[in-house]
Parts: sequence; structure tokens; C-alpha cells
Amino acid sequence: MSEIQRPLPKPTPETQHFWDGCREGELRLQRCTRCANTWFPPRPFCPACACREVEIYTASGKARLHSYVISHRGHPGFGKEPYAIAVVKLEEGPQMMSNVVGCPQTPEALLLDMPLEVTFEQQTKDESIFIPLFKPVEG
Amino acid sequence: MADSFALKPRSVAVVGAAETTKMGLIPDMSQLGLHFDCALNAMTDAGLKPSDIDGVATGGEDVAVLAHMLGITPKWVDSTDVGGCSYMIHVRHAAAAIAAGYCSTVLITHGESGRSRVGSPGYAMSAASMAGQFEAPYGVTGAPSMFTIPVLRYLKETGSDIEDLARVASIQREWAAMNPRATRREPITVEEVMNDTMIAWPFTKAMCCLVTDGGGALILTSAERAKDFPTRPVYVLGTGESSEARLISQMEDFTSSRAFRVSGKQAFESSGITRDDVDHLMIYDAFAHLPLYGLGDLGFCKPDEAKHFYRERRTAPGGSLPTNTNGGGLSYMHSGRYGMYALQESVRQMRGIAPAQIEGAKISLCHGVGGMFTASGTVVFTNES
Repeated sequence: MSEIQRPLPKPTPETQHFWDGCREGELRLQRCTRCANTWFPPRPFCPACACREVEIYTASGKARLHSYVISHRGHPGFGKEPYAIAVVKLEEGPQMMSNVVGCPQTPEALLLDMPLEVTFEQQTKDESIFIPLFKPVEG
Repeated sequence: MADSFALKPRSVAVVGAAETTKMGLIPDMSQLGLHFDCALNAMTDAGLKPSDIDGVATGGEDVAVLAHMLGITPKWVDSTDVGGCSYMIHVRHAAAAIAAGYCSTVLITHGESGRSRVGSPGYAMSAASMAGQFEAPYGVTGAPSMFTIPVLRYLKETGSDIEDLARVASIQREWAAMNPRATRREPITVEEVMNDTMIAWPFTKAMCCLVTDGGGALILTSAERAKDFPTRPVYVLGTGESSEARLISQMEDFTSSRAFRVSGKQAFESSGITRDDVDHLMIYDAFAHLPLYGLGDLGFCKPDEAKHFYRERRTAPGGSLPTNTNGGGLSYMHSGRYGMYALQESVRQMRGIAPAQIEGAKISLCHGVGGMFTASGTVVFTNES
């Protein structure tokens, strides 16, 4: 269970597969069966060609740190220490907002373009919501 | 290029412009009350009464409530609401509506009790919205922790540094020092900006906008009618608008705003001017990075050259491209949706009555941003008919 009291997402019919994937340890993206475009956040059509024939697949979970801030006046549920709010660039192309875990929340530790990998954190006792976070790739 | 737009440059003019009577801390007025105050001030400025107005536009407030409370019977309404640049877009839409004959005299108002929060709507976000699902869980707490996220990437790709952000804030304070209505007027050095309270690294408090109360209103009519008003007409030369991602994480290029580029390009093309023609520039500065993005995305330079405009003091008092001459959202005022105050400064400069007046200025470009990098609106004004 997360020690952080995050504002939790409420899945909708168009995003349910994504949150189901997080619960099952998979980062699920969508791609177009016609033009092979891939995108995030979820929607039931291709934003490049408007095709409704959409395929759900499991992403590699690999990403790079694209940009971030270190919030010093954060959400009360995150405690008193400053924490990074990051945008990561997935290996497949799309960008996601996330937090970087498993490393100090400092400019010295958080280097742009550093390799990251996804990890999923349980948010609720009933195991209904897991959130995708990213941690530095070891080694 | 202006030939491709049916609405010709100088077809429509601003004939009334005013801010709220007080500025900064106004605990004795609600948000709606601020709308009333600046609307009445603008009507006085133009010598009009409510029955003379037949078009109303506003954002952040219900346009029907506003029109009714002000005693206006509109033939045209616009409640375009895409954040702080909504008012630039209202000017654009109003110009088209007047040219189309839908209405003859449009009132655009903005009022916001940003600091005192009297009669203000809340900031509630649905957990099922895109932002509620894909950004809120990561601890974002409003603009200071979202609008700022692309900056580290911008600095890296453009060879700029955090001091360049601080320099924007320091130079704008020089402009604010000349403005009796500015909220923050005391000089601040680059070092002092860098050492101010940390809000969201690399942004210190002095790199973030103020949080204040205020409002502003504009009245527009056809250029033909504008000559009969007591004020010096300020003509709309060209306009642009666009929008991009509502989620900051989904902005396609962290070094450049697509909405800025699309809106700016339309504004230049519809006005038929070049960058060299611009005598006075307003770039909505909710945070210190926005003028840097704006200079590049509006085509004044390449993105990696924007920092030099500040290092070489080209945007500063005495510089060749005076920018944010009221002190900007960083030092003049920022109620939450700053766009109207940038428009007011452009109009003052074109009327020749600004506190930090640019002598001989004939063309002012006013560029707005809204909802982080979500939306953009651009208006080019001139005082030459």
C-alpha cells in the first residue's frame, strides 16, 4: 500500500482497460490497426486517422525522464518533503505524467533523459486502484 | 497575406477600455462585482450606457447573468472560456461579429477575486476527467506545479539557464517600478529572484505570477462609428487563436507551444505586418518562462535565441522591443486570468496614456496563453486608421 494519500482516478469506460492493466502489472497502450499510430491517454479511436479499430497492447514499461519540477508546496497527501512531478517519455513514444520513485527527489539525482522503468503501486485496500510510477533502471 | 481573411485590418476598433477602480486587494467586491465595476468604468470611458451595447462576451462568469445584471439586451453572446487568453479570443470573435452585422457594440469583461476569493467558483476537478485520472494522482497542485513542468526540457534544448528565467522577472520589475498601479514595484535583482522562496524547482516565488483581485473591460465597435467616440480609437489590425493539449504532459513539444505558433501566425498574416513592425509587445507571463517561449513561437527569433532578448535588455526599458511594459503578471497583477490586463496595457500604449509610455508606438501585439499551455489568443492593435 502507498503511504501517500493521492487524489485517486475514477476510471471511465474509455480508460478502464488502462487501469485494469495497472492492477495486473501491465502498462497498456493503444494502437491503430490501420496506421500503426500509438497514443496516450486512452481513447477508443486513432487521433491521427480517426479509425475506430483499436488494438490494446502491453508497453515495454521503459521510459526516459523528459522534464519535471520539484514541488515544494505540494499536495497535503504527499507529506512535507519536496517531491518531483515528472513527465516521462515512453519507449513507444507517448508521454505520461508520473512520479519518479526509488531515488532522491533532487536535481542532482533526477537527470533529464535518465532511463526509467514502470512500477505499479497499490492505492486502495481493496486492490481496485494501482498507479503507474517510474523508477531508475538499475545498473 | 491579409487578403485571405474576409475581415479586413482596421474594420473594428476599441472605443472603451478600463480596469477596476482598485487593483490588487479588493475584499469588498465579489467576482461579479468586479465585472460590474470595470464594465461601468469602460462604459464611462466610451460615453455609453447599457442600452447602447448589443453584444457581450466574458469568460469565467456566466455571460447571460452578466448581460442581464448590467441591463444589456444582447443580440450576440460569447462565453468562450479557455483560461486567461479567453479575452484575446473574445476580441477576435467580437471583431468578426461586428463585421458580420450580428451586433454593433460589444462589451468584453473580466473580473476575478483571485486573492480574496469573494464569490469565486471553486477549483473542483472530477476524478473521472482526463486530468483527474492522469495528472492529479501525481500531486500537482495547480499552475505552479504544472505550467512549469516543460521548462527543464526547454532550458536543456535551448542552452538557456535558470538565470534566464530570473532575468525575465527582474527586468519586468523595472517596468512595474514605473507603474503606480503595479502590485510589486521595488527593484529585484537576478540574484534575489534566484534566492526567493522555492515554489517548484527551478521556479522561485518571484518567477511565479502574483495572486491578486481585479478586472478589466473593453468596448468594441466598427471603425466607422469609432470616430464619433470621445476616446482615441485603437484599431484591431489582426488576430489569431488556437488550442493544444489540456494536459501539460501531452504538450507535443516542451520547447515550443503549438497553440502559440498557430495563433501568432494567424495574427501576423491577418494584420499583414512583419515582426519588425511591432513597436510594443505583450506576452502573457503567468510564469517567467512564457516570454521566452512567446518570443520564439511568435517568430521574433528562434527558441534558443529568446534568452538574448533579455540578456541584451532588448525587452527592457530603453530596449528595441519593449515587452510587458505594465510589469506583467509577475509584477503588475495576476488575478488568475491575466489576459485582459495585457490587452488593457496594449490599448493604453496605443492611446498614448500608459505609465511607461513608448513614444511613437504605432503597433502593439498582445499575446495570451490559457489553461497552462492549453490555449492561445493573439491581437495586433494599431492607433493608425
